[in-house]
Amino acid sequence: MNPSAAMKDGSQLRQKEMIAEHYSRLAHSPHTGEKSVYTFVPGNLTELVRSFDLLPVLPEINALQSAMRGKSKDYIAIAEKLGHSEDVCTYVKCDVGMKRSGNLGPTGEHLPDPDLLLLSYTGCFTFMKWFELLKEEYKAPVAMLHVPYQAEGRITTAARDYVVRQLKESVIPKLEQVSGRKYDEDKLKEMLARSSRAEDDLVHVLESAKHRPSPIDAYFGGVYYIGPIFTAFRGTEEAVGYYRALRSEVDERIAMGKGPVTPDGEMERERFRLVVEGPPNWTSFRQFWKMFADEGAVVVASTYTKVGGVYDNGFRHDPERPLETLAEYCLGCYTNLNLPTRVDMLCRYVEEYGADGLLVNSIKSCNSFSAGQLMMLREVERRTGRPAGFVESDLVDPRYFSAANIKNRLESYFQMIEQKRAGGAA
Amino acid sequence: MKAYVGIDLGSTTTKAVVLDDAGATLGRGITNSRSNYALACEVALGEALIAARFGLLDRELAAAGMPEAERSRRLAALGLRFRGRQYLAQLEVFRRIAARIVAHDLLARGVAPVVDGMLDRMAGEARTLFAEGASRKSDFFRDLAGSRFLQLAEEVSRDGAAAFDRLVGVFDKAILEVENTPSGAEDFGTHARAASADLEDAPDALRRAVEAVASVPLQVASSVGTGYGRQTLPFPKEQIRSEILCHGLGAHAMFPGTRTVLDIGGQDTKAIQVDDRGIVTSFQMNDRCAAGCGRYLGYIADEMNLGLHELGPMACNSSRPVRINSTCTVFAGAELRERLSLGEKREDILAGLHRAIILRAMSLLARSGGVANEFTFTGGVAKNPAAVDALRGLIRENYGEVAMNISPDSIYTGALGAALFAWRDARRGEEAAA
Repeated sequence: MNPSAAMKDGSQLRQKEMIAEHYSRLAHSPHTGEKSVYTFVPGNLTELVRSFDLLPVLPEINALQSAMRGKSKDYIAIAEKLGHSEDVCTYVKCDVGMKRSGNLGPTGEHLPDPDLLLLSYTGCFTFMKWFELLKEEYKAPVAMLHVPYQAEGRITTAARDYVVRQLKESVIPKLEQVSGRKYDEDKLKEMLARSSRAEDDLVHVLESAKHRPSPIDAYFGGVYYIGPIFTAFRGTEEAVGYYRALRSEVDERIAMGKGPVTPDGEMERERFRLVVEGPPNWTSFRQFWKMFADEGAVVVASTYTKVGGVYDNGFRHDPERPLETLAEYCLGCYTNLNLPTRVDMLCRYVEEYGADGLLVNSIKSCNSFSAGQLMMLREVERRTGRPAGFVESDLVDPRYFSAANIKNRLESYFQMIEQKRAGGAA
Repeated sequence: MKAYVGIDLGSTTTKAVVLDDAGATLGRGITNSRSNYALACEVALGEALIAARFGLLDRELAAAGMPEAERSRRLAALGLRFRGRQYLAQLEVFRRIAARIVAHDLLARGVAPVVDGMLDRMAGEARTLFAEGASRKSDFFRDLAGSRFLQLAEEVSRDGAAAFDRLVGVFDKAILEVENTPSGAEDFGTHARAASADLEDAPDALRRAVEAVASVPLQVASSVGTGYGRQTLPFPKEQIRSEILCHGLGAHAMFPGTRTVLDIGGQDTKAIQVDDRGIVTSFQMNDRCAAGCGRYLGYIADEMNLGLHELGPMACNSSRPVRINSTCTVFAGAELRERLSLGEKREDILAGLHRAIILRAMSLLARSGGVANEFTFTGGVAKNPAAVDALRGLIRENYGEVAMNISPDSIYTGALGAALFAWRDARRGEEAAA
């Protein structure tokens, strides 16, 4: 198969460049002397890390980028040779395999070894095991940030204070030690102010999907939109510029009454509006998207685009309360929310975005995200009265993307929506 | 008259259902799915259209005042003769193809008269094969002709007339082509006239009805395709429906009280919830792996050297079912051999295997929303008594007393649903035009 070149809009090209530039900067860091901090996406502390002039490296992003570029299969095979079982999180295996094959990043450039492993623990127990493995691999120091789960469905003062105390007593000293610089709160505040501006624009973009037709796909397209803010760029001028440009691009689409751009062209007719729960499949990303686009299915809201942090409930980074706001950000990311809160969020999306229903893509090798999803699905179905669908795939292991099976289920789900709409006449 | 067609292209068999103007079933047809999907469709549809004409014959005879019992007796007799005639027509196609294969194969040339002689004998036996009360293990030409051809090949090779392997080779090559050649077996008029002539006591009313029905033009007004091979069906996209929707609607048409449907087919298992109009509200199907589907039983049958249809009855004789944990088809084969070597009884092991596949289905049912009254079981596995027993037991254990429907025509559920969609589509089209 020789797929035609994917169609991309301006913002998508820009974000691809930004990510490539970041990888290139990392590759050159041994010469420039810049130091790197490996950390995780959910509730990440990008501003804090960058305020020390340290470069963030996100192994999850490396893994998904490797998958999109067809490299994850071999990396996983290497990790399995090392003794990692088939059931282990495929992000972890992809990362370990990448390290063992010379630590070449997704763009083919060498990634620097970590000067620090910043283990921000938010809702995923595997994170702890993952960095335990990396600690052995790289013999690097670890800074642990324990973020309490939002068991009560809200951020308690005690939880926030607990995170702030760890930032002060453990994380910041470690960052000072690694970077050789003192903590600079004014610099951090400036970055947080820029974060907040970018966040305003991102929310505007994500909420544009309330229009009919939606000018964006808030899942497949959405993962491009969240790229800069959830990876290495939050708090930078580049991120502010990117989101400003993205916002006007999307506003222009709304003004022209246009639907989303998909890799196979502009979507002509919006037939189904969906809310999606769960990460996308990265190894067959374009094929997966096409299964939606071919049927005129647009994702108008997704929870995956909130895994780094949730903004559409009003949260913005607040430069006046720098450490408190970082703590609240960590505590509030999607993976750290309890099941009732996730159900509330999904129901709200179905209603506010005028969706036809909820679709869950359940991830085989991610128990922390998948546990409870069927229960959530039933509850959303019950409360909204709109039909729900369920497909299963994996993050970066191509063996678990069964195209015929997924297509069959998706088509059945779309036809089910259509039949329901027609009241049984279709 | 107008006919509305549903075709279900499954991994094992292709089914077709034909409805009349009122949406009532006129005829059904089935054939084994081949690599050539379009042909499998054509054959199944041909069969269904013939069955539809038998349906029309029944109406014709009823209009002529023939009592129901007599109608059903006479149509059954005519049907058997008709199948005999179809069989003969296919034997002739086989003869033609085999002759060509033999002529092109230097080594096989000598067997030409032997093959001819065998086919003559098979043609001569057709009447007995399709006599009242005769037992046939299958209705597919491949199986019927195949088993007899092999018996005869053994016989003539014992006599030294030709090498057994050579004859089997001719059959294997020819049958593929026969299956891919429309045989004219769907020619209703010719076969029905010949069949009624074969009946010694056919009343004039029957002959008249045959003539009347043979001249009715059956026009396919609308078709909908479904099943695993649906994307390959020669239909436009809007005439293709997911088998989940078709099974839901088909089960609803058969048993209007149905709320939960379980379909276990060759390579997938579907648990479907429907509302009081047959609209699907939720579903789950097996993922990545076809363990727990019909093929699992096919594999076990092969391992035990049994026919697929023998498994269920044998398992029903079990008094102490063995607990089989593995639902992986290949592991189950290994477990089976181990249990046999430990001296466990075949029926006890088989009962355990049936329970193991039903346990997979129970998990899908649970995830789709459970089992609600009434429950309908469809697909090829619904014909297996041991699977039905295991399912009934587990449903009672988990969901209490629930009415369980199994239609003798359950294999046509998907095709029936598809035909109903075709019928509805056409009616909507007509209403829109009016």
